[in-house]
Amino acid sequence: MRAACCDAKVLEQTVVEENICLMKVLWTDVAHAPHAGQFFTLRAWAHGEEPFLSRPISVHSWDADTHEVQFLYQVKGHGTEKLAKLKAGDTLQVTGPMGNGFDTAALAKEYKRILIVGGGIGTAPLYQTTKELAAAGNAPDVCFGFTDVSYETAKYKGVAKSLKVATDSGKEGVKGFVTQLYNPADYDLILLCGPTPMMKNAAAGAAAAGVKCLCSLEGKMACGIGACLGCTCKTTREQAVSICKDGPVFDAKEVW
Amino acid sequence: MADLSTNLLGFTMHSPVIGASGTVGYGPEYEDLIDLRTIGGISGKGLTLHGQYGNEGTRLHETPSGLINSIGLQNPGVQHFMDVELPEMLRLKEQYGIVTLANLGGHNEEEYVQGAAMLSESAVDIIELNISCPNVKVGGMAYGVKADAAGAVVKMVRDVCKKPLLVKLSPQAENIPDMCKAVEAAGADGISLTNTFQACAIDLEKRKPVFNNIFAGLSGPAVRPIALRMVWQAVGAVNIPVVGLGGIATGRDALEFIMAGAAAVQVGAANFANPRAMQTIGEEMAAWMDKNGVKTLDEIRGCAR
Repeated sequence: MRAACCDAKVLEQTVVEENICLMKVLWTDVAHAPHAGQFFTLRAWAHGEEPFLSRPISVHSWDADTHEVQFLYQVKGHGTEKLAKLKAGDTLQVTGPMGNGFDTAALAKEYKRILIVGGGIGTAPLYQTTKELAAAGNAPDVCFGFTDVSYETAKYKGVAKSLKVATDSGKEGVKGFVTQLYNPADYDLILLCGPTPMMKNAAAGAAAAGVKCLCSLEGKMACGIGACLGCTCKTTREQAVSICKDGPVFDAKEVW
Repeated sequence: MADLSTNLLGFTMHSPVIGASGTVGYGPEYEDLIDLRTIGGISGKGLTLHGQYGNEGTRLHETPSGLINSIGLQNPGVQHFMDVELPEMLRLKEQYGIVTLANLGGHNEEEYVQGAAMLSESAVDIIELNISCPNVKVGGMAYGVKADAAGAVVKMVRDVCKKPLLVKLSPQAENIPDMCKAVEAAGADGISLTNTFQACAIDLEKRKPVFNNIFAGLSGPAVRPIALRMVWQAVGAVNIPVVGLGGIATGRDALEFIMAGAAAVQVGAANFANPRAMQTIGEEMAAWMDKNGVKTLDEIRGCAR
């Protein structure tokens, strides 16, 4: 399915932690319904205004009944600062869904014991992923790492099989890396999203244990649909791949 | 309702708006974003004979009113294009009536000639010869600066090219009118300009250039007035159609190029800010024409001169 573009209404915007916002948007184009691991580009400013490009943000949650899509994002620069100023009732340009995402129905069936590993704002797409796996009858274990405190984790209770948290500072959960929270050999499949060093480390652990591992990457992109070739990534495949179109989800073996 | 239909090199297009090479993939990417029946054509991502990965390092950098890119002609090669991407473009042509352009770059004369000869045997409508890519170190750009070098490569391609030949020029050309005259004399059927403007950005934290190649190509509204000046000069220099591009983002922008004498326009970076830009530009052009009692683009093409 290809991306669509329309103006969408903001239903709610909340600051859930310092520089972390949760925005709920009404996406009425059900013919272009998103799934886990996909993303949209968001624009809350005119086409002639700065910044020039829209901002790619992953789907935190999608409700097929209410058509509500949620975006959990970090306020980092001019674009996300403008997104953070949106209030209920405002409209913004939403384009998507984009990317391949996680094929949760197939994964839930093919793999028995599934682990989800996330770090910081990289946890954003993993809530929808957890929901879909649980709905497919294979609720995953979830391990998250944060700097100081966790955010938007309470919602995993009753959806994930278990939830463990590690923080760099030790303020919450186990002090240390997220990879200290689990033994990869206990699983048949590990799904990753987070900072590159964390994903590389987790992918290496999975590879050593002979466990299948999928990672969700991010990259600077102009279009999000494979047209600009700005987010090209080297993999073991013969043809160059675009993170936006061929990913953002790849087999970790192809990437590292 | 104003009639936007435009004739370009023997093809009738629904609209003068063509998707610029490097910003619209090969077309299918935009199928659900816009009604492709409302645009004139698609110029596919720039090809090289053998295909290439493109540049390492950062490829995109935002600037005020624009975007600097250093993609480096990443493409699957001419043969792969003819086998895989072109059939998709031709499906869009069949379904939506768009004109298809194959944009061809090269590292040397032989590559240009062989690529053009191969594309001549395909069903693509127009070959757009890219002698202006600022992001490949060898060739490409070299032909875009010197009028005699450009004329020589265009002549060699013309000899083997059986398709209408549009030559895409660089704003880095030493002298725009001389460059236009040289490619016209060498047998070009039309000219498109401008490609991106050579630019630079420095990463303060790294204290290094943002791009591995140091220089890269700037596009977007920032370059539009300069591109318009060059299109004006091109129209004055030659008797073949000139396709204008460079920062066009609205219907009014496109109409400026038409009034400067452009036969058609291409839309590039604007597609990134607004995925529906190619369609809305056409709608805005028609709305302006309706409001001002203009029925066809021929009535106003070159009227500002």
